[in-house]
Amino acid sequence: MELTPQSELAIRKTEKLPVAKLTAVQYVIAAILVVLAAGLWRLEVVGVDNFRALAEANRIRKVPVLAPRGRLFDREGRLLVDNYPSVSCFILREQVKDLEADMPLISAGLHMTPDQIHATLKRYESAPKYQPIPLKQDITPDEQAFIEAHRNELPELETLEEQRRLYPRDGFAAHLIGYVGEISEDDLNKPKYAFYQPGDVVGKSGVEATYDSLLRGVDGSRDVIVNSHGKEIGHLGQTLAQPGKDLRLTIDLDIQMAAEKAMEGKNGAVIAMDPHTGEILALVSRPTFDPNQFAVRLTKSYWNEILNNPDHPLLNKAIQAQLAPGSTFKIIMSYAGLQEGKAQLMHVPCNHGATFYGHYFSCDRNHGMVSIDNAIPYSCDTFYYTLADRLGIDTIARYASSVGLGQKTGIDLPDEASGIVPSTQWKLKNYHEKWYAGETISVGIGQGATTATPVQLARALSGIASGGVLRRPHLVSSDQVPPELQESIQENFPGSGEKTIPLTPENWEIITDAMYSVTSSPIGTAYAARLEGVDFAGKTGTADVVSGRQKGSTNKNTIPNAWFVGMTPRRNPDIVVAVLWEHGYWGNNSARLAAGIINTFVEKQRRRANNLKIAETPKPASAAPETPAAPPTGQPTAQATPPPVALKTENVPN
Amino acid sequence: MFRLSSYRDFDWVLLGFVALLSVISVLEIKSATLHTKFHGFDQKQIGFLAVGLFLMFIMSMIDYHRLLDIVPWAYGISILSLVAVKLVGQKVLGARRWINLGGGVHFQPSEWVKLVLIVAVARYFWNLGGRELSWRDIGKAFALVCVPMMLVLMQPDMGTSLTYFPVLLCGLFLGGIRLKQAAILVLVFTIVIGGAWKSGKLLKPYQKARLTAFIDPDADPKGKGYQIRQSLIAVGSGGIWGKGANKGTQTQGDFLPIPYTDFIFAAFCEEHGFVGALGVLLLYFLILMRLIQNAQTAADLPGAYIIMGIVAVIVFQIAVNMGMVLGLMPVTGIPLPLMSYGGSSILFTFLSLGIVMNIRMRRFVN
Repeated sequence: MELTPQSELAIRKTEKLPVAKLTAVQYVIAAILVVLAAGLWRLEVVGVDNFRALAEANRIRKVPVLAPRGRLFDREGRLLVDNYPSVSCFILREQVKDLEADMPLISAGLHMTPDQIHATLKRYESAPKYQPIPLKQDITPDEQAFIEAHRNELPELETLEEQRRLYPRDGFAAHLIGYVGEISEDDLNKPKYAFYQPGDVVGKSGVEATYDSLLRGVDGSRDVIVNSHGKEIGHLGQTLAQPGKDLRLTIDLDIQMAAEKAMEGKNGAVIAMDPHTGEILALVSRPTFDPNQFAVRLTKSYWNEILNNPDHPLLNKAIQAQLAPGSTFKIIMSYAGLQEGKAQLMHVPCNHGATFYGHYFSCDRNHGMVSIDNAIPYSCDTFYYTLADRLGIDTIARYASSVGLGQKTGIDLPDEASGIVPSTQWKLKNYHEKWYAGETISVGIGQGATTATPVQLARALSGIASGGVLRRPHLVSSDQVPPELQESIQENFPGSGEKTIPLTPENWEIITDAMYSVTSSPIGTAYAARLEGVDFAGKTGTADVVSGRQKGSTNKNTIPNAWFVGMTPRRNPDIVVAVLWEHGYWGNNSARLAAGIINTFVEKQRRRANNLKIAETPKPASAAPETPAAPPTGQPTAQATPPPVALKTENVPN
Repeated sequence: MFRLSSYRDFDWVLLGFVALLSVISVLEIKSATLHTKFHGFDQKQIGFLAVGLFLMFIMSMIDYHRLLDIVPWAYGISILSLVAVKLVGQKVLGARRWINLGGGVHFQPSEWVKLVLIVAVARYFWNLGGRELSWRDIGKAFALVCVPMMLVLMQPDMGTSLTYFPVLLCGLFLGGIRLKQAAILVLVFTIVIGGAWKSGKLLKPYQKARLTAFIDPDADPKGKGYQIRQSLIAVGSGGIWGKGANKGTQTQGDFLPIPYTDFIFAAFCEEHGFVGALGVLLLYFLILMRLIQNAQTAADLPGAYIIMGIVAVIVFQIAVNMGMVLGLMPVTGIPLPLMSYGGSSILFTFLSLGIVMNIRMRRFVN
């Protein structure tokens, strides 16, 4: 551009812009402003409700206030399961700007791999965006400090204090207590969990699962006002959490400890029950697992360790191991034979066995002439082969079913197994074959297709010893459970439940006296386990492990299972103890374990009768009133024991 | 030269409207920075306004013909300063836009260049003497504007570079471009821009993504759609009467991005609603109409050209900024004149107003 001389300015200074063009510009400006006004109208007048809602969603965040889970006590109010405060790290997806960019920092700070973080996020894909996702639970103080220090860089991370389960150490009572864990996607689709949300912690097994609705309480929430960094700048209101209900179990800690000790280093199960009520006094299954590992996110190595253990630590063998009952079944056979009027008339010569239908069935010894009175203490197979043959499979099946075999007992624990009572119908249904009379013979000694669980045998034998009264086994007495939940438990845990079966007084005496002989008479199979001065009765069982033989697997697995079901006193027993020692050689071995547990019970009763203070009971109120030789029903100590929980809200992080 | 008759000829009405808008601006900046580390920006804005006002009066005393005389030099210096920024400029947020003059004073040449360009374009079209524009004339006009525009675009500062364009458009329109020429230009532009968009050479990918995000902000609500989405929520939740001063949840909760500069209108809409926003639109309308009136009464063509150039820039900035806030336009980072916080923007506006005042005061000269 070259400079224009000043003179030229003068020439053109009268020139004006055409008015039409300026008017056009004015119209253009007006049009632009009208469009902008229309845009304002669209947002502020038409869309106001929508945008108000979005603005509220922006600034108000629901922070869950987790309800502490109800604690678990034994029948005398001794604490079994407690809670402890722990800090978890949550991720707020609404705050995430670029997760991939933050990933290295988060991953390093929380000691998680990016894959783990992605996997966690993926699991919660379906959850609403505003809901915080638990990224890592029970974080260390270091990790907590990391989150605090990176509030600005990582606004998406949030910590929350919550109450976490503290279970007894070393898997003590693990199978009856169960464990809690995050609800699985599968469970969320079940009607039972209709009101649960992803991320909720639920009981996964044991009492924790059955009574989850009582134990969990109701989570509260706080509405807090946050800024775009998720920083709290005020709050609106809150709903307090209702703590879960504390539960008193029927378990007696002393007996549980005795049972745990008895099973140390062994595989198998123990169940101790009060036959008057069906209250479970002890329940042990071995090998066990550490539920504390489940309460926090399970490590992969521990999970693999449990999965790969051939002895299935998660299996609650007291209610889930379906095994041949062996000679313990002879009590049920005796009951059937006597009630049918056949057994009392039988005198069977035993010469190391006998031949039926062209096959030789052996007995472990030459018992000579055997009648019902010594058949039980001898545990003479020949006698019961003969009895089985005379009764026939369907009569045996009828009596076995009447004492609760082949069906669930209805114990208030998840996934009870039902066992098998073979019959002609059963074989037809399952194998589409007819029953051969020869198959009946081995059923008479609790072998063949017959299987039962420890809880079934405990209940069946103590039911017979109680004169035919069978109770529904349970771990939580009904007075602690609201009626609706009671009903739903009855529905969800179906079983033979409470029932009375016919048993004449004479037959009752015959069987119970014979069971007493098992432990008290020198001819008894469990004489070695006798308890001086204790009316201790029972029946041994040495069950061949057929499957082990067939598979021809390692030597250990072909060793017979040792059973014993024992009780005291012999009639109307106060306690029944069933012991299953897998590959324990002889029933006699289990009898000694049961004797130890029964002895603990008896000694405790005697101490009480003498009004001695029980050392293990810390609370003065639980120095129970004199209930001489009565079973500890839990009633006398009930009022005093569980500490109040009303103040539990103090622990809720605010 | 300095034959100012009296300040009775000063446009007090225009200044009144501008002052009103400035007060609104200061109050909204105060509200938008209340709980942030930018607290106190309203005070700084008052300072900028004071300096701006002072410079406006100085400017109003300089004969705009002098400006027309020296504009070729100024234009040359402008190009040099833009090149200097490219070479020695301070890098802020990945872009070189500022020259540090020392003592905490930063200078953003691109705003200043805008003013030079307005005068330069006015002079160019005035020199053509109202004859029918040849393609050669149009080409020269393009070169005049596009050289600084490309330099600013390379900083990169797409927003400011775009504000140069209305100056050219306005000049072409008032300078007498024919309909046929305009149509051909539009056609060529569509093809060139379309091609450049596709080839990806003109704009960086982040610039492109930012430009298209407004079409569907919910597609990437955490990323590229975040700003526009929060802006829409802010405006929409204001309703008819607004949430009240200092009570906008989007503004106070820091959800709305940079609510004191580019998104100040969103903050204002949230807190003062549809009614308040219409009031601001009305103020802008009055200011623009008053400016056009001054152009109409200008003593000569270059004066009118200059004012209309200023009008073009202001209208363009209002349209693009408010369009962005309301989700009608892409996010470009263009401040709202007279409302957004920022010294450079205020200085440009008030220097422009100073020239307008000068042109107005000289309307009866000779």
